[in-house]
Amino acid sequence: MAATLVAARIQRNWLQRLSVIDIFLWAFRVAVLAAVVVGTFRTLYSGRYAGEVWIDFVVFGVSQGSVYALIALGYTMVYGILRMINFAHGDIFMCGAYTAYYAASALYRAGVFNRQPLLSLAIILAVAITASTSVALLVERVAYRPLRRAPRLVPLISAIGASFFIEYAVRGLYGSGFQAYPEFEVFKGKWNFFGIGILRTQAVVIAATVILMGLLYLFVMRTKTGTAMRAVSEDREVAALMGINVDRVIVITFAVGAAAAGAAGVLYALVFKQVHFFMGFYPGIKAFTAAVLGGIGNIPGAMLGGLFLGLFESVGPILVLDGLGIVAPYQLKDVIAFTMLVMVLIFRPSGILGERLAGKKA
Amino acid sequence: MEPTAKTARGLWRSVVQTGALWGAGAIFLALVGLVEAVSHRQIVAGVLSLAYALLLLAGLGAGIQVSRRWAGTAAWQRIVGGALAGALVGVAVGLLVVVGRSVNLRIMLINASPALYEILSFGLGVGGVPLMVLAQTGAGAIGAATPLLPPVFRRPVMAGLGTAFVIGLFQDLVQLMLQSGVRASLRSLLFTGDGLALHGAVLLFVFAAGVNVLRARYRAPASRWAVGLSPQRRQVLRWITLGAVFAAILILPWVAGLFISQVLVLVGLYTLMGLGLNLEVGFAGLLDLGFVAFFAIGAYTVGLLTTTGPLAVAHLAWWTVVPIATVVSLIAGVFFGLPILRIRGDYLAIATLGFGEIIRLLVLSDFLRPWLGGSQGVLGIPKPVLVGLEFRGPQQLIYLTVAASALVAFVAARLRDSRLGRAWMAVREDEDVAEALGINTVNVKLLAYGIGGAFAGVSGAIFAVMLGSVFPHSFNVLISINVLALIIVGGMGSLPGVMVGSLALVGLPELLREFSDFRFLVYGAVLIVMMQLRPEGLWPTAVARRELHDEAQAPAVPGHAVELAGAKEGDG
Repeated sequence: MAATLVAARIQRNWLQRLSVIDIFLWAFRVAVLAAVVVGTFRTLYSGRYAGEVWIDFVVFGVSQGSVYALIALGYTMVYGILRMINFAHGDIFMCGAYTAYYAASALYRAGVFNRQPLLSLAIILAVAITASTSVALLVERVAYRPLRRAPRLVPLISAIGASFFIEYAVRGLYGSGFQAYPEFEVFKGKWNFFGIGILRTQAVVIAATVILMGLLYLFVMRTKTGTAMRAVSEDREVAALMGINVDRVIVITFAVGAAAAGAAGVLYALVFKQVHFFMGFYPGIKAFTAAVLGGIGNIPGAMLGGLFLGLFESVGPILVLDGLGIVAPYQLKDVIAFTMLVMVLIFRPSGILGERLAGKKA
Repeated sequence: MEPTAKTARGLWRSVVQTGALWGAGAIFLALVGLVEAVSHRQIVAGVLSLAYALLLLAGLGAGIQVSRRWAGTAAWQRIVGGALAGALVGVAVGLLVVVGRSVNLRIMLINASPALYEILSFGLGVGGVPLMVLAQTGAGAIGAATPLLPPVFRRPVMAGLGTAFVIGLFQDLVQLMLQSGVRASLRSLLFTGDGLALHGAVLLFVFAAGVNVLRARYRAPASRWAVGLSPQRRQVLRWITLGAVFAAILILPWVAGLFISQVLVLVGLYTLMGLGLNLEVGFAGLLDLGFVAFFAIGAYTVGLLTTTGPLAVAHLAWWTVVPIATVVSLIAGVFFGLPILRIRGDYLAIATLGFGEIIRLLVLSDFLRPWLGGSQGVLGIPKPVLVGLEFRGPQQLIYLTVAASALVAFVAARLRDSRLGRAWMAVREDEDVAEALGINTVNVKLLAYGIGGAFAGVSGAIFAVMLGSVFPHSFNVLISINVLALIIVGGMGSLPGVMVGSLALVGLPELLREFSDFRFLVYGAVLIVMMQLRPEGLWPTAVARRELHDEAQAPAVPGHAVELAGAKEGDG
């Protein structure tokens, strides 16, 4: 009797307390959904864009999304193990791209760049991966490891500090201007796949991402180290009891994530053809969005989330915003990404594939 | 600490490690451009520039660290160890000079210029390298000797050196203040034409050291006297102090001059924002990286309602718009808070960052340009006028900022001690428990966002009239980071800490213009270092101090400490 009374009271309180916010959240959801539906409908109805335009946007979105996915891996793996947002990860991506720029321009000056494009690409990738991995390990050692047992906001603030430190250290060391990446002659123009013309750089980016993702997936799923990583992310104490060197696993996780980010940096530079000390900030946040979207701590989720985000970001402005009659919709492409970020965090913090981990990690 | 550290090999390894680390630090400072940027700032004219002071600090630091690690060995050993570590720092710097002069590092590292090598080698080419090694050795030895001095000597020496250093660093400002009458003769006593004279530095050193000795001697009796006063007397004393502070603020802008007033207005604006963010982060534990949005909302409200330009919605007086701007940012804060109520911890930080960016991008876009002016912003905001006094420049605006900060600080202090403040702290410590205790976490959190936003709105309102225009570029995420950094440096949740933090992080870089390019580099380093050495901030609240150093204070109840650590780790 008493128990049911209490239960009823709790229920009523819960209703009283949450109804206003629930209504607000539902209104928010409906408004966004309505905007998307109306915008899409009007764009498609007007028929302003031909099929080829859509294909271009989709391909661009996929290549952009694969870069996000590669960066997102670092977020997701570190979060899976340390429950910490590595805020400096975007800047680790930048370090790779920026340092590799010097390798690329040296190769270009030596004339190797266009004579041996694959070799050059391999060298550039190696330089980028080395640079970003060393920066990541340094950051882990200096800014994160001493704070492993600190209250939760402390490492995040330290990570924010590390992020700005890296950005402005690179600005001081390498300069504050934009640096133009040399272009591969072979990758100019389009390739035809089944009658669809695809920009060669984008095809290369997509192919490289698929290969890297495959390797990474095998590493995490099939090797002993990968098993150890998964064990630590499942339960750190128990993993330590099983004889896994947790510190080493954490370092390897940082290194692998940073290597993926470094490779992503080169691919990003292939598409956008320039580097800058602040270039890591927005891709970093977007990759984090991708990681959350896919379900943080979940590696296939990061890949999926990256693709989704890239697609939305590239197709969204003309599909939705243009239909709503917004001028210059492409200026608002980041707004779409950030809105997705906020919406995912509000409505589904466990992400698309993250159900299993939701309770413990989010 | 570790037993191996005391073995001979361990000792040598610590020397090499420390020397290499600080040497790498010195090289980094040189290559990142800091050394060259500050090379023109003389601390003691013709004797020591800030560039050399920075470089020698590396040797000094290495010496101190080695000496600390060697604690327990003989004094001469510690000094020799420190000197060796210092020498290593010198060798590292020398290596940069030697390598840099034969290989062109400038392809990659823009600051590896001949001018830098000139500085690093005292203008003597490779011949200057031994001199640098020698200087760093000396610095290392001195550094190693400092921990050996008994505190009775160390404190006055430190105070003296610190005073001379600070006065030398800000010599241009100090000289600017000492222009006429007695002040001018003081100036000619201490300064030569281009900086602090050597004898001036010595005089300052002696003066400050003397004051320190006297203070150490009479501090205890003075505080005993203050404690012994009757409550009425103490009240009188407090009023006198308040009056003195008030008078000092009244005359401050006219003594300090235009430039310092300008800097102080900026410090005031950041203090206002800091008080707002402190309410969210420090009191309620809601880490908000999109805080600048409220600042922007306040500024744009003032801009649109007072401007004489084409975007005007109304032409109201500034004084009527300030309450409107405050209320608008308060409502914005609540609306901003509503959707993200259920997000916790570090997800919240990212979500708020996203919100802040959405607002900036929308304001910047062509889409809202007809209403908000896009990237051109809102121009032509008239200055406020109060009974014939126009707040036209920083020397007038400073009164406005100080008054607003004082008012907001008072409100924040009263809120902190109110029921609502207690509720915020309960939410900060553990949201679930707070809810279980009957706290309406929804209202409490929304109020934190709303009131914090309102404070930032006031700051934005003053910012708008200070510039006379509002641009979206003034509201990027760096401002949020800046405000966050200052409340962390000051001490989260601490009200005087906000003031200290904004003086240190906003005031100092403005006064040392050469540093402005390195501001965020220093912020980043400060955030990392603070989180490890002093997470409670420079002026912490008593609670934070106890909490973050509980292992030092509660050794008698080991179980309790373990429990706390466990609770912290498990939270979230």
